[in-house]
Amino acid sequence: MLIVDTLKRLHVSVSFKLADGECIALQGPSGVGKSLLLRAIADLDPNEGSIQLDGTPREAMPAPVWRKAVTYVAAEPGWWADTVQEHFVAWDDALNLAERLGLPPDCGTWPIRRLSTGEKQRLGLVRALLLQSRVLLLDEPTSALDAVSTASVEAIVAERVSTGTSVLWSTHDSAQARRVGSRLFMMSSGRVEEHLL
Amino acid sequence: MSYIQLGYNDLILPALLVVMNGALSLALHLRLEWQLAVASVRMVVQLVLVGYVLTFLFAAVSPLWTALAAFIMVMFASREIVVRQKRRLLGLWTYGLGAGCTLLAAGTVTMFSLLTQLRPDPWYHPRYALPLLGMILGNTMTGVSLGLDVLVNGVVRERAAVESCLALGGTRYQALLPVIRDALRSGFMPTINGMAAIGLVSLPGMMTGQILAGVEPGDAVKYQLLIMFLIAGGTGLGTLAAVLGGGRLLTDHRHRLRLDRIASEK
Repeated sequence: MLIVDTLKRLHVSVSFKLADGECIALQGPSGVGKSLLLRAIADLDPNEGSIQLDGTPREAMPAPVWRKAVTYVAAEPGWWADTVQEHFVAWDDALNLAERLGLPPDCGTWPIRRLSTGEKQRLGLVRALLLQSRVLLLDEPTSALDAVSTASVEAIVAERVSTGTSVLWSTHDSAQARRVGSRLFMMSSGRVEEHLL
Repeated sequence: MSYIQLGYNDLILPALLVVMNGALSLALHLRLEWQLAVASVRMVVQLVLVGYVLTFLFAAVSPLWTALAAFIMVMFASREIVVRQKRRLLGLWTYGLGAGCTLLAAGTVTMFSLLTQLRPDPWYHPRYALPLLGMILGNTMTGVSLGLDVLVNGVVRERAAVESCLALGGTRYQALLPVIRDALRSGFMPTINGMAAIGLVSLPGMMTGQILAGVEPGDAVKYQLLIMFLIAGGTGLGTLAAVLGGGRLLTDHRHRLRLDRIASEK
């Protein structure tokens, strides 16, 4: 259970609870603060308010430990080495997921600069999924994907949700929000409002 | 030791060469004559003043005056570091980081050589302390400013990579490591290049000066080697401190990247 209590970052101010095995779809137009909210929960930007995971406050653990449990996945993930597999601790474990997302088996040796935006997005998701985090904060995870890849991303995340992972999934696509979310948050001017599905 | 002394009247003829440059600029419409005049006058005034200041300091041999002169040199060096940054750190750290690291590195290395190899009497004798500090300071300053510039620009450019590493549970040091490596490499490169080219491409100024002053080339070489080792040590130390310190300033205790601590570009 993730409890977010009056989390404040710039114009964003939000409180909510996210149960285990629950996926909240976070919907709202671009620039409304969806990324700010997700980044603040992962403690990637200075913010105020309290957040607890399973009763433990965020401040009680070092930030890297927090982020391994509550993991933010950017819409455009970054890369620090030259080839794909250098970004993975165990590439063999990643390969299975990568193939399910429609990437060929030899993609581990691909140079990063030749990847398309969609390939980067899928590999970024694979990289984060390998952490087996308790909470996934997905920031428009299918924004650069075609319908087939989008469906496989949704299926893989749904599996994680069914085994108890909590997900906060930001999207500007209301059809997707209704497909993936068990709850729906609408965001406007820095606040969230729960809508019935 | 003997050397040919110059009088101020001996400088009139060589100075005409600069006047000739000015005349060329006028004739060819280069519009450099004003800049050339200002630079020449500044050079003459600054050097003559430094001559008087050094004469006074060498006569006084006072730890206080020597320390004051050293302090002023460090201040000018840190100003130079800030001027060379494309993006600057906000607040006190704009000057503090560069000045602190330059002072730490150049000061330590200068003291080290004064106390162990040169051992003048007294150890703070300005005839040794100030020229040594000046040479080490100049090179350390280059290393520190290059290192900081590459670090800050690299962090801005590689923001997505750094933040992805952080988001996956990396510590701030793991996340910044690629950028820090780049910055250290850039900071140290001029010193390595300088060491490799010395004697073949250029005769270093200090060695040339000593030879002109009548010192045996072999002795002048030993002095130059000492200086080069000190410069390498000072640059390494200063660049390391500045880049690691800069990396610390650009992140916080919660391992967040804090680009808000960089002043907006001019």
